[in-house]
Amino acid sequence: METVPILEIRALAKRFRQGVEALSGVELNVGRGEFLSILGPSGCGKSTLLRIVAGLTAPSAGDCRLSVDRAPGRIGFVFQDATLMPWSTVTGNVLLPFRIAGERGAAVRARALAAVRAVGLGGFEDAYPHQLSGGMRMRVSIARALVTDPDLLLLDEPFAALDEITRLQLNDDLLRLWAERRPTIIFVTHSVFESVYLSTRIAVMTARPGRIAVDVPIDLPQPRVRETRVSAEYGAVCQTMSAHLAAATAR
Amino acid sequence: MNDSPLWLRIIAPLAVGFAFLALWEAATRMSGVPVYILPAPSDIAKSLWVDGPSLLGSLLVTLRITLAALAAAAIFGGLIALVFSLSRIIETSFFPYAVILQVTPIVAIAPLIIIWIHTAFLALLTCAWIVAFFPIVSNTTVGLNSADRNLLALFRLYGASPAQVLWFLRIPTALPYFLAGLRISGGLALIGAVVAEFVAGTGGTETGLAYRILEAGYRLMIPRLFAALFLLSATGIVIYLVLDLISNQLLRRWHESATAREED
Repeated sequence: METVPILEIRALAKRFRQGVEALSGVELNVGRGEFLSILGPSGCGKSTLLRIVAGLTAPSAGDCRLSVDRAPGRIGFVFQDATLMPWSTVTGNVLLPFRIAGERGAAVRARALAAVRAVGLGGFEDAYPHQLSGGMRMRVSIARALVTDPDLLLLDEPFAALDEITRLQLNDDLLRLWAERRPTIIFVTHSVFESVYLSTRIAVMTARPGRIAVDVPIDLPQPRVRETRVSAEYGAVCQTMSAHLAAATAR
Repeated sequence: MNDSPLWLRIIAPLAVGFAFLALWEAATRMSGVPVYILPAPSDIAKSLWVDGPSLLGSLLVTLRITLAALAAAAIFGGLIALVFSLSRIIETSFFPYAVILQVTPIVAIAPLIIIWIHTAFLALLTCAWIVAFFPIVSNTTVGLNSADRNLLALFRLYGASPAQVLWFLRIPTALPYFLAGLRISGGLALIGAVVAEFVAGTGGTETGLAYRILEAGYRLMIPRLFAALFLLSATGIVIYLVLDLISNQLLRRWHESATAREED
């Protein structure tokens, strides 16, 4: 499925000041509307790659060409922790991108409230983060990333700290939001099962210095539903991807 | 931290206090210690009643200095911290001097300040301020630099200006630190005011409580000394409680230090 590329990464490398080589020779294309997972062992530079795509970190060498506007709000970012402002309500946190852009008023507020409802937090608009569970906080974080209707949504192991039940629920919610709004998603994870369930494509990264070992389209039927998780096909793909991951980690 | 029921937490210290006072009363009466060495609590209470009005007038003088110093410490301490947080080079250059000012005993510098500054009120205010400002500066500086790294990244991603980062992120992050500093400074401002009054003698035409303590000591009016001391401690406690209340009101909705109590 070759579509319009939204992101082209060529010969990308990142070496930190302390001399640690995080990434080396990364090649990656991402098409508009794709759900790409970057799968790799801990410390392989996946998060660094994501930060480079977001423009938060500069690469040491190579190209990272983004064909979306880098204007504020065109890219959404979700961290491993919910990263909320504890002194702001749910709505206040979701409004943050607009507040920074200097946009106020009823229209913007309506969009924020719609985003809060879209992640299933209707009724918690005025709650403070400390009153919410870990999963609910992560939903707020996702609502904040989606509220500007970004072209590109970057998620950095967003569900790694959550319990299994919450995690499965949020997987389904993320798929639903992706189907509704169709942003391009780059999802960093170390979970084979999660990446296979969610993605249209998986790029497996090697251990540090990270580069893309294999790049596999996931042809499981859409939409993915709870039954997908117990299908034989799903099991087979997970097995293949586990083997890829093991091979990439070993090298 | 403390699971005892509320009534016990109030009753138990009160009971200890009363027992102590009763013991004190009994001991002074039975031993016949002269009142100018150790007055009985009843003597102190009598003095508090008789000298109360004039002591309260003096308390007001000391309180004015304390509160003005605390306000100045909050405002200038906060501003200094803000400047420190905006420029690493300014912080590195000036922070050691703030520390020097803090560790030099105020009793030692107070005579100089009183010579240099002719207005008595301003001189005393300056002494109390020097004692009080440091906890606010050091706490608030740490707070302003403690903003969550990922939130900072997010602000950058959304194109926030340095002013927005300061206003929306750094200042709210620093608020609990500032308030913790303020609570420490409240007590220190009172101590600073008292020490400065000790050194300065009278506070110009008006006489503060600290000087009344000295005076009572010279004249061996020990019950009055104790009465003044009692007023001073009570003032310190009230200042602390008021600052604690303000702090809890401001942080009640979101900060761990204040929310945990509500969930008990």
